[in-house]
Formats: sequence, C-alpha cells, structure tokens
Amino acid sequence: MIRACNIYKSFREQQVLEDICVEFRSGKTNLIIGKSGSGKTVLMKILVGLHDPDRGSILFDDRDFIAMKPNEKNLLRQEIGMLFQGGALFDSMTVEQNVMFPLAMFSNMSWEERLERVNFCLQRVNLENANKLMPSELSGGMVKRVAIARAIANNPKYLFCDEPNSGLDPKTADVIDHLIVEITEEYNITTVVNTHDMNSVLQMGEHIVYIHEGKVNWRGDKETILHEGTPELDDFIFSTALTKRIKKHKR
Amino acid sequence: MRLLVQLGQYLQFLGKIFHRPPRRKVFRNNFITELESLGLNSVGIVVIISVFMGAVVALQVAYNTDNPLIPDYLVGYSTRQSMILEFSPTIIALILAGKTGSNIASEIGTMRVTEQIDALEVMGINPASHLVLPKIIASVLVNPILVIFSIFVGTFGGWLAMVSTNMVSTHDFLTGIYLDYSNYDVVYALVKTIVFAFLITTISGYYGYYTEGGALEVGRSSTKAVVNSSIMIIIANLVLTQILLI
Repeated sequence: MIRACNIYKSFREQQVLEDICVEFRSGKTNLIIGKSGSGKTVLMKILVGLHDPDRGSILFDDRDFIAMKPNEKNLLRQEIGMLFQGGALFDSMTVEQNVMFPLAMFSNMSWEERLERVNFCLQRVNLENANKLMPSELSGGMVKRVAIARAIANNPKYLFCDEPNSGLDPKTADVIDHLIVEITEEYNITTVVNTHDMNSVLQMGEHIVYIHEGKVNWRGDKETILHEGTPELDDFIFSTALTKRIKKHKR
Repeated sequence: MRLLVQLGQYLQFLGKIFHRPPRRKVFRNNFITELESLGLNSVGIVVIISVFMGAVVALQVAYNTDNPLIPDYLVGYSTRQSMILEFSPTIIALILAGKTGSNIASEIGTMRVTEQIDALEVMGINPASHLVLPKIIASVLVNPILVIFSIFVGTFGGWLAMVSTNMVSTHDFLTGIYLDYSNYDVVYALVKTIVFAFLITTISGYYGYYTEGGALEVGRSSTKAVVNSSIMIIIANLVLTQILLI
C-alpha cells in the first residue's frame, strides 16, 4: 500500500498541489484522473521520487520515502516499475536488452537466467519473437508493451503508469488496459495509473482519485463515478460529444 | 549571475558523476562502446585534419624562411614542434569538441526529453554517472592516443608536402625532426589533451543532461555544448601553457 499525506508542491509562485492525501491499495489498479495541468503528473513524479514535495510524507508499506537517505531510496526504487507516457525505451538497445536492463543492474542472475526471465516477460505481454527488434522498429502499442515488460522484469511491488494509452487507438489502448489489470492482480502489485482517458477509467478504476486544480476533489470507483460525482468531476467526465450524448440518454 | 548559477550547477553535476558509480560489469560494457564511439570513429577525421595541418605548417615555414642563412632542416623541426606543442593537442581537441561534443549533448539531451533519464532514475540508477562517466574515462584514455597519432600523421604530412614540392630533402627534414627533441614537450601535449578531453565530455554531458523541452532545445544544447567546450579549451590552453611551459 502507498499512502501520501499532506503533499504540497509549488513551482516558483505557482501552487501545483495542495494538501493531497491519497491511499493506493495493494493488488488493485488505482487511478489518478484529472484534466491536463491539474497536477496529476506532478503527483506521480513525487510518488516515484522524480520531484521532491515542499511538504508531506509518502509511505510505501509504512516506509517513509521522503525521510529516507539516498541509498535507502535507491533500494526502494528497485521495488518500483514505471511505465512512462512515451515508453522511455533506451534507443540504443534492442527489446531484449531493454527488458534485461534492470536485471543486469540489480540481480545476480546468470545471463541464461536473465534471458529466460526476459522471454517470460515478453511472452506475458504477447511479444514473443520481438527480442532483436530496436525501439524504432516498434509500433506505439508494442513500445508500451515492451515498457510494461521492462517494468515487471524485476518483480516490482509497485507499478506506476503515466498515461499508458496516450497516442494509441482505442483497441490497442484496451489491450494495454487489460494487461495492466491482469498483471496487477496476478502479481498482487500496487498499481497507480495516471490517466484522463474515460474508457480506461471505466475499465480499470477499482479505486479512483480525481484531482482538480491541485486538490483531491473526489474519491470512488468505476461503479460510482458516473452517478455520485461532484460538479467538477461531472464537468470533466461529460466533456466530450460522446459522453454528453450518454448523459442525455441516461436522463 | 547566470554564469555563476551555471558554474554551480556544473560543479554539482560533476559531483553526481563521481558519486555512486555504476556496477563494474555495466560500466565495462558502456566503456567499450564509448571507446569505439569516441575513439575509433574519430580516427578518420583526425587523419585528414592532421595530414593537411602538417603539410600547411611545413609549407608556411618553408616559404617564410627562404633565406640561405637559415638551414633547411628548420622546416622539419618547426613542423614537429608545432604539431606537438599546439596543433595536435589544441586543434584536434577543438575538432573533437565539435564532433564528439555535439554527439554527447544531443544523445543525452534526447534521452532527457524522451524520459529515458527519468526511467534510469526511477530504477534507482545514478543517470549522470551511468551515462557520462564511461564517456569521460574513454575520452581521457583514447584522446591522448589520437593526439600521438595526429603528431605522427601531421609530421608525415609535412614531409610529404616538402618532398612532393622539392622544397626540402628527406634528409634535411628528418634531421630537423630529430633535432633537440624533448620528451617534456610530449608530456605537455598529453596533459593538455587529458584536460581538454575532460572538459569536452563533462561540458557536453552537462548541457545534454539539463536539456528541457523538445527537439529544438536538444539542438540548442548541442550548439551550446560545442561553443562552450571550445571556449573552455582555449582558456585552459592559455592557463596550461602558462603553468607548464613558463
């Protein structure tokens, strides 16, 4: 479980996050949703330690991440897998080398054991026979799947996904969403997904936090989001022509 | 003020590079890749520049000392001294600042804007050390070899220019080459080369590492890396000459 309490963050004069208190549950797909610029990416970057908060605490299973020494932070980071918006695959490495990278850095496995693990991870994301391809030879969906394989290679306890299906067609996005949910349940990972895609929200949202103008505006799940939202959340959800039509139809 | 801020940031960056180096096995693999990328891939340009540099130096000396009182072997001597003391270490460093400096800045800058550096950091890896340390060590080791090579090739270029134009005989040119040779001159050239190699890799790495934005900013970082590395090479050249030769 990850718990963030009283998180404040500002850049120069601008307050980006204000008194954020959230809890992400183990074995569940936890969603942070919100409009662009609402502060959800900053919150995720704070959770993984890419930004330091001005104030507040982050507990990874009761271990205070902010208070840790740099060495302790790095040890904890080895329990974290992250899927970046653009995949962030290393351009100079093949798919196999990308997935093997965290294993080469942190495990004492032999090359054969590492290769076996890489093949297992690639198989898990339905990418057999892609080992020798370079990132530039992959489609957008394949990049995301390789990035997921790399993120789970080291058996992480925590998985962070920043807009996992941005730039993907709806069908491929659906595949990625399913994959994240399956992996979360299969390995009992605490998964935190940052998205503004309503299809993903309705598909994966076991625990949802809506961030509005840097504050937590609503908490709930995919069952309640359409019925029990705040005016700000409703404004966010029913902002497209399609969702407006659904809302009208419901009435 | 901005200069001081950048200097402070650069020093912090150096601290990051040498703090918590990567695993030995990973470092070794990266180091070998960098030896090839920064060393072997620069041999061609070093040969071309050095041959022509040596030839031009020899021709200039020969044209400007066209006096029966000045011995012909002075051309060989001047070519050797020019190549060792100034042309090979400094000009080759400036060329490498353009070639490898822009390469380093754009490679690391692209990694920054495509979140590859963030990915390393999230994995608990020190990105500055992982990416830049192998480049520094490779450059510091391989650039002196390139410069020694450049001195030989440049001197050969000078000889070729003299022989092909019949201005100085091979015997006279070689007499000048062996005249009053001092090992210290080569040591001076190598010390300069090592300092220049360090400056090129760290300054270029710094501009790449702190790139913000997109493709346009990567290009700007690359340009800044080349310009500032070149300026620092010229300044360091003056300082080192003052310290080591006077």
